[in-house]
Amino acid sequence: MTGSRLMGLGTYRPARVVTNDDLARRVATSDEWVRARTGIAARRIADADETIVSMGSMAAEKALASAGIDAADLDMVLLATCTNPSQIPGSGPQIAHRLGAGRAGALDLNAGCAGFSYALSMASDMVRAGSARHVMVVAAERLSDYTDWDDRSTCVLLADGAGAAVVGPAVTREIGPAVWGHDGGKAGAIRVPGYGDNLFRMEGQTVFRWAIALTPIVRRACELAGFAPADIAGVVPHQANLRIIDALVNGIGATNAVIARDVVDAGNTSAASIPLAFSRLLDGGRLQPGDPVLLFGFGAGLTYCGQVVRCP
Amino acid sequence: MSQSDILAGLAAILEEVAGVDPADATADKTFIDDLDVDSLSMVEVVVAAEEKFGVKIPDEDVKSLKTVGDAVSYIQRAGVAA
Repeated sequence: MTGSRLMGLGTYRPARVVTNDDLARRVATSDEWVRARTGIAARRIADADETIVSMGSMAAEKALASAGIDAADLDMVLLATCTNPSQIPGSGPQIAHRLGAGRAGALDLNAGCAGFSYALSMASDMVRAGSARHVMVVAAERLSDYTDWDDRSTCVLLADGAGAAVVGPAVTREIGPAVWGHDGGKAGAIRVPGYGDNLFRMEGQTVFRWAIALTPIVRRACELAGFAPADIAGVVPHQANLRIIDALVNGIGATNAVIARDVVDAGNTSAASIPLAFSRLLDGGRLQPGDPVLLFGFGAGLTYCGQVVRCP
Repeated sequence: MSQSDILAGLAAILEEVAGVDPADATADKTFIDDLDVDSLSMVEVVVAAEEKFGVKIPDEDVKSLKTVGDAVSYIQRAGVAA
C-alpha cells in the first residue's frame, strides 16, 4: 500500500473582528474576565455573504494553489462542518461545484470540532487504498448562526472561518495513523437541541474534564506514527479555549514543539480551527516543510480524532 | 483520613492549580467568591483531588461543593464509602 501526504493548506478568515469589549456591550462580561477564563481576546464573525460554501471554497482554492494542482485533479471533496444553515442540502457538493471539481465525489461529515482530523484520516485512507488520488478536505463553520448572543458563557467562545487541505499520494506515510474514539454517553454536553431551538448549549465543566483526560490518547498518536513526543515540532489541538489547550498539551511531553494558540484572536471555529491554526504556524515560519506536527480534534459528540502529519 | 489531613491536601491542590495561598484555604471559604477559583479551575481541583484521595467525584456532584468544607466532607464520606 502506498503512503499519503499533505500537499497544501488554505484558509479563509472572515473580515469582521469582534472584540471582548464589543461583546461586553451586549452581555455582562469584560475583556479581563473573558481573557482569564478562555484566553480569547477577539474572534472573527462572518457577514451574510461569508457562507459555509463561500468560505470553504475560498480556503479550498488557496489549498489547491498551494498544492500546485487543479480542481479537475480532485477525486473527492470532503467537507467537515457542524454548522450548515440547514440539514438539507449538504454544502460539500456546492463547494466541489464552485471549485470546478467536475469528476470528484462530494459529501459532508459532522464530527463536531474533531471533523477536520476525521476527514483528513478518511482522505488519507482513500488515497492509500487507491479509491482517490487527490482529496480536498475542507472544514468550514459559521458557529455565529447558532450562537446565543445573550449567553455569556458561550457567546465569547464561538466564531467563524474555514480551512482546507489537499491530500495526495506519497511513497511513505506522511499522514500518520489516526487515534479516535467517542463518549456518546455525554452527547448532551455540547448540543444544538433542534426542532425549533437552534441555539448552541454547552456544559463547560463536563467538556473540560473529558478533554483534559485525553492526554494519554494524544500521546498515543505520536507512538502510532513512530515519534517520541520530544521529536514533535508542533502541536495543533482543536482551538477550543486556551485553558483546555494548556491542560491537554502539558502532559504530552512535546517539549520542543511550538503550540498553536490561534484561539486568542480567532475564537473557537469548531472543525475549522485546526487547519486555521496549523496554516498560521506554517505561514509564520514557525513550522517548516517536513516537520512532524500533532493534530488533535475533540468536541461535540462527544468525539475525538488525532494524528501526526508532516508539514507540506 | 482525618478532616485536617484532607484540608491540608486540598489546600496544596488549590495552591498548585489556582494559586491560592494555603493560609486562605479554610473550611468556611467558598471556592468561587472567596478564593476566586473559576469553574474550569474547579474541574482541575476535582480531578487532582480524585487522584490524591482515591475517591470519585462525579460531575453532577461538583456543583454542590460550594465551600472548602463541603469538599472536605464530601471527600471524607467518599473515602469511607470506597
